[in-house]
Amino acid sequence: MKIEEFIALLEEEFDDDIKPGTLKPETGLDEEMELTSVNALILISMIKVEYDVTLNAKELNKCNTVNDLFKTVQKKL
Amino acid sequence: MAIYSTPNVRISGISACVPKNIKHNKDYTWISEKERKNLIKTIGVESKHHVKKGTATSDLCYVSADGLIKELDWDRSEIDLLIFVSQSRDYLLPATACILQERLGLSHTCVALDVNMGCSGYNYGMSVITSMMSNGGFRKALMLTGDVSSIGSHRDKTVFPLFGDAGTATAFEYKKGATDMHFNLQTDGKGYKAIIIPEGGFRSLPSNKSFKYKSYGKGIIRHRVHVSLDGIEVFNFSLREVAPNIKKLLKYTDQKIGEFDYVVFHQANYLMNNTIRRMLKIDEEKFPFSLKNYGNTSSASIPLTIVTQLKKEVETKKLSILMAGYGVGLSWGSNTVELDKITCPDIYIYEDYKEKYGINKI
Repeated sequence: MKIEEFIALLEEEFDDDIKPGTLKPETGLDEEMELTSVNALILISMIKVEYDVTLNAKELNKCNTVNDLFKTVQKKL
Repeated sequence: MAIYSTPNVRISGISACVPKNIKHNKDYTWISEKERKNLIKTIGVESKHHVKKGTATSDLCYVSADGLIKELDWDRSEIDLLIFVSQSRDYLLPATACILQERLGLSHTCVALDVNMGCSGYNYGMSVITSMMSNGGFRKALMLTGDVSSIGSHRDKTVFPLFGDAGTATAFEYKKGATDMHFNLQTDGKGYKAIIIPEGGFRSLPSNKSFKYKSYGKGIIRHRVHVSLDGIEVFNFSLREVAPNIKKLLKYTDQKIGEFDYVVFHQANYLMNNTIRRMLKIDEEKFPFSLKNYGNTSSASIPLTIVTQLKKEVETKKLSILMAGYGVGLSWGSNTVELDKITCPDIYIYEDYKEKYGINKI
């Protein structure tokens, strides 16, 4: 799994809020992606369907950036 | 392992009742417009019905049952068994089923009991009632399911936009040779705190402190007699457990998911249900939703979906249906059932029914 693919999936999933090509590994989840409770569910669902990886609230809260999230998923693959 | 079958019982009718008062999520100004739009899209709930103060789940179930008994033209004295499945009963005691036995004019030889289950309540209740009926001891029975969930905190965005109120009735009859129903029911009490009303029961009796509002994060203010919902925990639990549960059931019945005419899920929320649908590769047209106009109605959501989305089908055809419920407990399960030209009246509106026919109170 490459981070570019992961970012592309995120941009596709959140295409209402994120312009393609604007998401970077260092993008903050809270401020820039506005990861509200609802978006967190969308994210968890996407990761489950795409990678069969389950993220819990604790793991998600530890992630500050897109790269943190990518690494967390990668570890659980 | 709780995978088993109940023979000789058929479903004769299903009905549902909601209160008249409609709450639209577009008017939920407790959260920002952007968050509101995103929320509506994700949970799939545009509006839902909320009771007026003083109306209980048992009232909605009463109307569903009274209407269904009339439609079926059943003699009330022949109803031997009444099960009320709910987590919003009239009183801590007595059991609400006892009160409903009297209100519905059922006989004193009728067995009446409550089953205290929520999201998985329709599947659990059905397993209890059909198990009791299978050997012919009971000829006619009613299962009433539902909840009034709108009593949660209005200032809790994790709860208020999601839940609607409804009460349903399902009529069962003993019929030798009826197609078996098959069940796979499961429990994980470790997650009991994921959906909980922390105070007000016997573990922690209500006190003044119980009603003190507290903030649990942005847009989440409630007190300890309000329901609290850990969305991510429940979401992950459902994505983890529901699909394998169904796969095990289908292995037991030796069926493929594509063989069913419809797959009716508890209406948890759109994203959750649709994700599980994708995991199981269920066709969209076989997977009805009632979330849009009714919200998550707890143990009423499966029969409510049948009444509002499949009425014509169930009235005129013989259908093979797979059902699944999952949530509070944590408790979950799936079952197969055949619906063969059942009675399925249009959804009842509580206040309209009350005005037209009157309702018994005791």
